[in-house]
Amino acid sequence: MKNEWPLWEIFIRGQHGMSHRHVGSLHAPDAEMAIKNARDVYTRRNEGVSIWVVEANNIAASSPSDKGPMYEPSESKVYRHPTFFDIPDEVGAM
Amino acid sequence: MYAQMVKTTGTGVKSRDEMTDQERAFQDKIDADIKIEPKDWMPDDYRATLIRQIGQHAHSEIVGQLPEGNWITRAPTLERKAILLAKVQDEAGHGLYLYCAAETLGISRDEITEMLLDGRMKYSSIFNYPTLNWADIGAIGWLVDGAAIMNQVPLQRTSYGPYSRAMIRICKEESFHQRQGYDAIRKMAEGTPEQRRMAQDALNRFWFPSLMMFGPSDKESVHSAQSMAWKIKINTNDELRQKFVDQTVPQAEYLGLTIPDPDLKWNEERGHYDFSEPDWSEFFDVIKGNGPCNTDRLAARNKAWDDGKWVRDGMLAHARKKRARNLAAE
Repeated sequence: MKNEWPLWEIFIRGQHGMSHRHVGSLHAPDAEMAIKNARDVYTRRNEGVSIWVVEANNIAASSPSDKGPMYEPSESKVYRHPTFFDIPDEVGAM
Repeated sequence: MYAQMVKTTGTGVKSRDEMTDQERAFQDKIDADIKIEPKDWMPDDYRATLIRQIGQHAHSEIVGQLPEGNWITRAPTLERKAILLAKVQDEAGHGLYLYCAAETLGISRDEITEMLLDGRMKYSSIFNYPTLNWADIGAIGWLVDGAAIMNQVPLQRTSYGPYSRAMIRICKEESFHQRQGYDAIRKMAEGTPEQRRMAQDALNRFWFPSLMMFGPSDKESVHSAQSMAWKIKINTNDELRQKFVDQTVPQAEYLGLTIPDPDLKWNEERGHYDFSEPDWSEFFDVIKGNGPCNTDRLAARNKAWDDGKWVRDGMLAHARKKRARNLAAE
């Protein structure tokens, strides 16, 4: 059996109330070490105040070939955008 | 450039008529600046060339720690030592970002590491030169990182998403590397006659090897066309080399140091400096493994890998035991 450390995906939350954001990945033997390594690899310049790590093989992803059926339906629903509706000037800001 | 002479395995750039529908759709995406992502279809040669290029780049970051690491314990002040430590740590980080990008193409970390260790993959020729005096550390930051930036800034726009994102992170950190180097060599150039002599000596030894970092002249560079069509190479080697010379000459003048090239002069008509080509036979010799430090560098990487094995295995065994214990407790 190959003794390669598993791959972890790293998510970091920055200073200003943003949500955690994917920043990259790294190898580590377990979650605790993945967090320690993520601190060294991805926060050397105050990039974050919170780290999430997820083992990469636990992430399920949509397939690129499903792009059409997945996202095209939303293109025809222009009424979802506020600019679809004309509001009379007299009404004021809305 | 950290990736020199990356070979493409294909037969050259195909015309649109020669492409399959899939290849044409792929090229259209690249032409429209749409990023290629790991799960998207891509030609086998694109994948293979990228693994080679990103791998070579990653290995360069890692091996590049060795010439600088050589001076950590002998840095002249505590502050210089802390700065150099931070810089070398960044290089490790850059290597890791790039290895992760390469892994998204289907090669494992152990495989790509082993290819460096047994010599199947290369790293930049520049790291096969020794660091003989403290001014070399300044020269490396100023010239070597300066040359790397020339190449890496355009690569932020490269077509492969994970590579592009790694380059964006790297470029954010790279400017610190160049500036600390220039600051260190400037201290020497403005110091005692002996320090000045060391600074000039460092420039003399690192000038031509830095020019070689961009790879052979475009006339010799048979693999450029396909890489440029795929946008995994953005500028030609000669373009980048010229840009580097134009930028660096005034920086040397400010330091009062002389670039070791008697033929270097401003060409009013071209709006660029004319300069001498490096000795390309030396370049090919270093690439083949005959540079002053090739053997040392690979031996150091192999030793680190072998000596670290019990740690890697031990930590994994501990993680497995802990997981089994947690499962049993549930």
